[in-house]
Amino acid sequence: MTEKTVLNATHRALGARMVDFGGWDMPINYGSQIEEHHAVRRDAGMFDVSHMTVVDLHGARTREFLRHLLANNVGKLKVHGKALYSCMLNERGGVIDDLIVYYLGEEFFRLVVNAATRAKDLAWIERQAKAFDVQVKERPDFAMIAVQGPQARAKVLGLLHEVDRPRIEKLGKFAAAAAQGPGGMPLFVARTGYTGEDGFEIMLPAEHAVALWEALLAAGVKPAGLGARDTLRLEAGMNLYGQDMDEDVTPWEANLGWTVSLDEGRDFIGRAALEQQQAAGVPRVMIGVVLDEKGVLRHGQKVLAANGEGEILSGSFAPTLDKAIAFARVPAGDSGALHVDIRGREVAVRQVKYPFVRDGKPCDGI
Amino acid sequence: MSEIPGDLKFLKSHEWARVEDDGLVRVGISDHAQGQLGDLVYVELPEIGAAVKAGTGTAVVESVKAASDIYSPVSGEIVEVNELLNDKPETINEDAFGDGWIFLVRPSDRAELDELLDANDYQELIENDDH
Repeated sequence: MTEKTVLNATHRALGARMVDFGGWDMPINYGSQIEEHHAVRRDAGMFDVSHMTVVDLHGARTREFLRHLLANNVGKLKVHGKALYSCMLNERGGVIDDLIVYYLGEEFFRLVVNAATRAKDLAWIERQAKAFDVQVKERPDFAMIAVQGPQARAKVLGLLHEVDRPRIEKLGKFAAAAAQGPGGMPLFVARTGYTGEDGFEIMLPAEHAVALWEALLAAGVKPAGLGARDTLRLEAGMNLYGQDMDEDVTPWEANLGWTVSLDEGRDFIGRAALEQQQAAGVPRVMIGVVLDEKGVLRHGQKVLAANGEGEILSGSFAPTLDKAIAFARVPAGDSGALHVDIRGREVAVRQVKYPFVRDGKPCDGI
Repeated sequence: MSEIPGDLKFLKSHEWARVEDDGLVRVGISDHAQGQLGDLVYVELPEIGAAVKAGTGTAVVESVKAASDIYSPVSGEIVEVNELLNDKPETINEDAFGDGWIFLVRPSDRAELDELLDANDYQELIENDDH
């Protein structure tokens, strides 16, 4: 059974090409994913991300529970509405999922986890929560619209109740706050995203989602599908769960070490395995590569290095750069000149530091 | 969906063939196929003079989403390729049945053309595809 977000009919009316994405019937594009990509880099685009799973955690020991559950430290969350990106690990240090956690009160935190991993995430969280008496409540009553691009914030601000505008305009990066949208609809506005552009991700009661979408459309925000979302996040150097990391990959091997907090005395799930791997030496690393000639790097292609073989993780044509880019996982150490096997042809690729694109512009050296 | 020109013949794998006045066979992919693939970013054209066999991979089109082999509907020799696609692969998205043609073949066995689907059969095929 394919699930539908509350905006399904709206996407179809806009002429979207729909695909199955993790069990959800979602728009891949509304015509041209490259045009949608450019709209987000240059102006403002919006994505229906209502398929993502929102989970509310309540209970006196919620913070203590999250200190145990997550590899990043929720101790960093001190201000109401502040958000944190973290991995949730298994005992082997493998990534069960990556997620965002919002601090909404000492006894109330909100998680946003991936759609494709919903069932296993909920089962894992519920199992771990029992010992802490934390109530785990999924929120299927929420829809979510991501509005992204250099003009995204201005366009959203214009739709808010005027008493809320100054406060939401001042909202810092990776922070969220409540506000009133068109007709007084209640919004939870977060200055987060998955495109490398500024913007908001807005959670709201599903029954108001169509009205907000229409208001954004009227304000000149261009609908963008999951195809553009994927090329935007890859250019921005952001991992995709299932492609760049999974339960057999540690954060060290997925370039997510920056999200792991090995703070003194915090016993989070997977910590022992991570410390052991760090001490023994991490065998594989994730790098960025660029293909300067024609062709497209794709998931699963073989990477040939001086010190062994690796593979392309996320790979795609990058519309902002007009060439192919990818993440690759290769053996640690001196890999020398890198080649990728593209349909039987060995093609030279260049290792680069990523992100590939930031604030609408190619980064130096890309 | 643009209308399918009646003078075209098709492979089930969505390539079209048009017999030109001089007997050469022009080949491209259908409008339906370009829509399925999405934005095209790269086309690997065959060599002029190369021998091709009906139903075998002759060119490659890559969209943002996927790479696809393009099969020749007829056997013969490549006499021309659409060089425009090197710089503007999106021409296939814009005009799949016209300016977005891919290669031109001098057929060695014209009987192979009778094996292809006509426009009506192809229309029926893609309608079933959508359901």
